[in-house]
Amino acid sequence: MLIANDLCIMRGGKQVVANIDVALTPGQMLGVLGPNGAGKSTLMAALCGELGPTRGQVLLDDIPLNQWRGPERARRLAVLPQSSTLGFAFKVEEVVAMGRLPHGSGQRCDGEIIQHALAAADGLHLLGRSYLTLSGGERQRVHLARVLAQVWPGEEGQILLLDEPTSALDPLHQHTTLLAVRAFAARGGAVMVILHDLNLAARYCDHLLLLDQGRAHLSGTPEQVLTPEALKSVFGLDVLVQPHPERGHPLVIAR
Amino acid sequence: MRFTSQLIALGMACLLAIWLSLALGPVTLPMMDTLRAVLHLVGVPVAEDNLQQAELIVGQIRLPRTLLGLAVGAVLALSGVAMQGLFRNPLADPGLVGVSSGAALGAAVAIVAGASFGGLPEPFQPYLLSVCAFAGGLGVTAIVYRLGRRDGRTSVSTMLLAGVAMTALAGSIIGLFTYLADDASLRTLTFWNLGTLNGASYDRLWPLLLVCVAVILWLPRRAKALNALLLGESEAHHLGIDVQRLKRELILCIALGVGAAVAAAGLIGFIGLIVPHLVRLLTGPDHRVVLPASALAGATLLLLADIFARLVMAPAELPIGIVTVFIGAPFFLFLLVRGRS
Repeated sequence: MLIANDLCIMRGGKQVVANIDVALTPGQMLGVLGPNGAGKSTLMAALCGELGPTRGQVLLDDIPLNQWRGPERARRLAVLPQSSTLGFAFKVEEVVAMGRLPHGSGQRCDGEIIQHALAAADGLHLLGRSYLTLSGGERQRVHLARVLAQVWPGEEGQILLLDEPTSALDPLHQHTTLLAVRAFAARGGAVMVILHDLNLAARYCDHLLLLDQGRAHLSGTPEQVLTPEALKSVFGLDVLVQPHPERGHPLVIAR
Repeated sequence: MRFTSQLIALGMACLLAIWLSLALGPVTLPMMDTLRAVLHLVGVPVAEDNLQQAELIVGQIRLPRTLLGLAVGAVLALSGVAMQGLFRNPLADPGLVGVSSGAALGAAVAIVAGASFGGLPEPFQPYLLSVCAFAGGLGVTAIVYRLGRRDGRTSVSTMLLAGVAMTALAGSIIGLFTYLADDASLRTLTFWNLGTLNGASYDRLWPLLLVCVAVILWLPRRAKALNALLLGESEAHHLGIDVQRLKRELILCIALGVGAAVAAAGLIGFIGLIVPHLVRLLTGPDHRVVLPASALAGATLLLLADIFARLVMAPAELPIGIVTVFIGAPFFLFLLVRGRS
């Protein structure tokens, strides 16, 4: 379980994250929403130990994150950044194999996991291709497969942090990606995902955290968070919210 | 399996280059005599008829020179790989970003200042040179790295421009030393700037061989971490790697390698750029094979360049630095043009 208490982060003299509490629990998927510059990525950087908080702390199993040894932490916690820049001609399976780096679980075991992770990210047909020849969306899926491989198959105690994993994807793959993440949560993993698409968040997340200028504006179930008032106040956007005709989760429509 | 056969092929090429380097020169020795002379030198009993001349040439002149070439080639190629990993950019090269010039400046300080202050006792001379060259290389690597990084990303243009500035600065200071130097120092300095394996002696070899062995043993242990670093510093951190430590180790390695190579053989450019590129074309970018393959290929290429430098104007010889830049600079331009299309 990954817990952050009263997290505050200053950057360049400015408070970019203020008094945030987050708890990532097994089997649950937390969606983080907010306008550009609301502090979503900074929050994620603090949750994975990349950025030290100015105040508050991040605990993984009740132990401060910065006291974990690197490889042990990496076996528990995988992170998909917004965009990755890789300028070398690695093969797709070599990129995914890097996710197995903290494990040392042997070539045969890793080989199978790489296949499974690529299949989950719908990237099996990319096997053997050079990373540099892939499109933006294909690269994003290969990196998803890499972080899935890092915590494959997913069990209680493992955590996945994703920063806009669907930003470069076509509509079908936005859903296959979040379904793969949902499947990881169903096996007992805990997930935090930053999303811009409110309807994807409503459909796939158990809880939502709405950030506004570094502060938690609202948090709760999609029904509690995705209200016309909250979205107007945070995004300045006039919306209608209706239940999805088949699934019942809130559906956000711009007016 | 594929990797193993590629490494074996490169190893064979390297052995062949060593053999040629021992046999060819102003006095060309028969290949079999060369082999017998080497075997005899290392203590293997062989028929000794007519071997004195070959043994003298091989033992006193060509073996130290060949060892120097091997070590310089391997170390420069490995420094190139380490630098490209550190900057996460395949165009980084110790020569282009000014590390070699920094090391040369350090060496120039050692030569000229050493001469005017009387210098250290003879046995310490090679070490003074190496230490000064290392310090110069370390300083420039750190400065260029600082300047070229912003928000965890490398700006290649800033890095190259900073390298140009550092090279020019080092060049002007070396120029000043040249102006101040006496005749003996001047000759040494000139050779340094051009790069040469000529006059190799076992004394000059030791510091370099030590560094070479250290770098060859250490860098491959970090091959997987280097692979992860190519993904990005954040990504490497997420994979459990201590990125700050890795970066410090790489900078130290580059400065040590380039410093020792420059101290032993002067400025030999572009090996660190060409060799890793050719190796990646052959093997792909995985550092587990790129590192050993680059060491072998770098050693081979430098020996071949040295043989060429020895033979093309025999009995006079070209400084090898001229040969490598003559091949390397057009190659770099080719990479730029290809990268743009």
